[in-house]
Formats: sequence, C-alpha cells, structure tokens
Amino acid sequence: MIEVIEVADIPLWAAILTSLLLLIGSGLTLIGAVGLLRLGSFYERVHAPTLGTTLGIGSVLIASMLFFSVLQTRPVLHELLIAAFMVVTTPITLTLLARAALYRDRREGNEEVPARRG
Amino acid sequence: MIRRWLPYPLLTAGLVVMWLLLNESVGPGAILIGAVLALLASRALTALEPPTTSFRRPYAALKLAFVVFVEIVRSNNAVARIILRKGTRGRRAGFVLIPLQSRNPYCLTALACIITATPGTIWVEYHSSDNTMLLHVLDLIDEQQWVEIITQRYEKRLMEIFE
Repeated sequence: MIEVIEVADIPLWAAILTSLLLLIGSGLTLIGAVGLLRLGSFYERVHAPTLGTTLGIGSVLIASMLFFSVLQTRPVLHELLIAAFMVVTTPITLTLLARAALYRDRREGNEEVPARRG
Repeated sequence: MIRRWLPYPLLTAGLVVMWLLLNESVGPGAILIGAVLALLASRALTALEPPTTSFRRPYAALKLAFVVFVEIVRSNNAVARIILRKGTRGRRAGFVLIPLQSRNPYCLTALACIITATPGTIWVEYHSSDNTMLLHVLDLIDEQQWVEIITQRYEKRLMEIFE
C-alpha cells in the first residue's frame, strides 16, 4: 500500500520516460521470442534472443535506474552490474549452443554446414 | 613490491566498484571491505596464471564501445524487422569463414563477445591452426563485406587496445 502511494509521487516526465523504456524493452524481448517461433533453422533462431539480451534488457535496466533514482532521490546504479554480467555471459551460452548444433550436424553428415577444418 | 600486492590494478579497481554497487554505499566500511576482498581475489587470480596483455589505450576502448553500441542499436532494428516480415523474401542466412590476424586471447575473446552480442551475427567456431573463425550471419548479402566489417571495424581496433 505504501509503495502505491510513493509511486504516484514521481514526476510526470519520469513516469512517461520509464513507461516508454519499459515498452521498448519488453517489445524487443517479445519480438525476440516471436523470432524463436518464426525463424526456420536452428542457426537462424539462435539470433532471435539477442534482441532481449541487448537493447531489451538495456532499456528495462535504464527504466529501473531512472524510476528508483527519481523515487528515492539518490542515484540507484546497481543495475549496471546486471548489464555487465549479461554482456559477459550471454555470448558464452549462444556460442556453446551453436557449436553443439554444428557438431551434431557434422556428425550426421548434414551438407548445409561447413566441414570441419584443421 | 607494487606488482606483488597489486598484480592486476584494473581488475582490483573493477572488483571494488562492483562491491560498492552491490552494497549501494560509498561509506568507509564498504570501501574497506571491498578493497580487502578485491586485493585477495586479484591475488588469487595469479594462481591461475592468466596470459599477460597490455591495456594502454582507454580512449580507443571508449571509442570502440561507442561503435559497438551504435551497431547493436542498428542491428536490433534490423533483426526485429526480419522477424516481423512475412516469409524469407530473398534473405539468406549462412556461414562465413573469416581470416583473423590477432592471436592475442584477450583480443579474440573481446571480438567473440562483440560479434555474438550484436543481434544478427554469432561467433560459432575458432580454428587455431590457421587462425580463422566461423561466423554465422542472419542476413548474409555479401561475404567479403562481412570479412571487412569484422577485421576492419572490430579486430583492428581491438589489436590497438590489447597489443
């Protein structure tokens, strides 16, 4: 209940900016999820979630920093850590997935993937 | 002496900042505990004997970060359009083999992170025997163009930073 009253206290410009950023972030993440459904092959689908892990999460984190900084009238910045960890960890997952798929395709003799080198 | 107690000054500073952010405090207590933890952690890293590198050009790194940011925003838009468009309509996804120059592990790691974090491209494989990497591109128009983008836009700048 207290939360609700506080939320009403934030200035209009911050409320509008926060909602815009949240809409952009969640919209991009949604499009990424739709991409998982729509794109054809595994290698194409693996590109889709990167929308959510870059600008998607970025917008949501900026919205969170803005909202809580204005609400608590002090800089709230620990969202930066989430961004840093996302940047460092997502490529590992995606590369690992792509390599596993490639390995399997080569074992199955799929001609659409490039042959192993060296 | 400094080397012995502070083997990785940048990493130590980064860990202190991380601790302060986690605690949401810049009080003397938080700084003290953060500094002690960061010193211990960075000394523990010496036991892993990570390969050495130089990191001398923070301005070049900032410039690269800006280039990457612009590219990520641009690619988000491009990939979102590809997903929402009906059918594949002439779009072709495919693999490109990119010959690299640098063998510096930090340079290659940063390159892999940049490429994979950018929507539409993903670092699939690295061949150490002939120093090439396999790139998968969602919207592949010209293979030669991608070789140029990876080597000229990113690898050259990363080599300036790390070598």
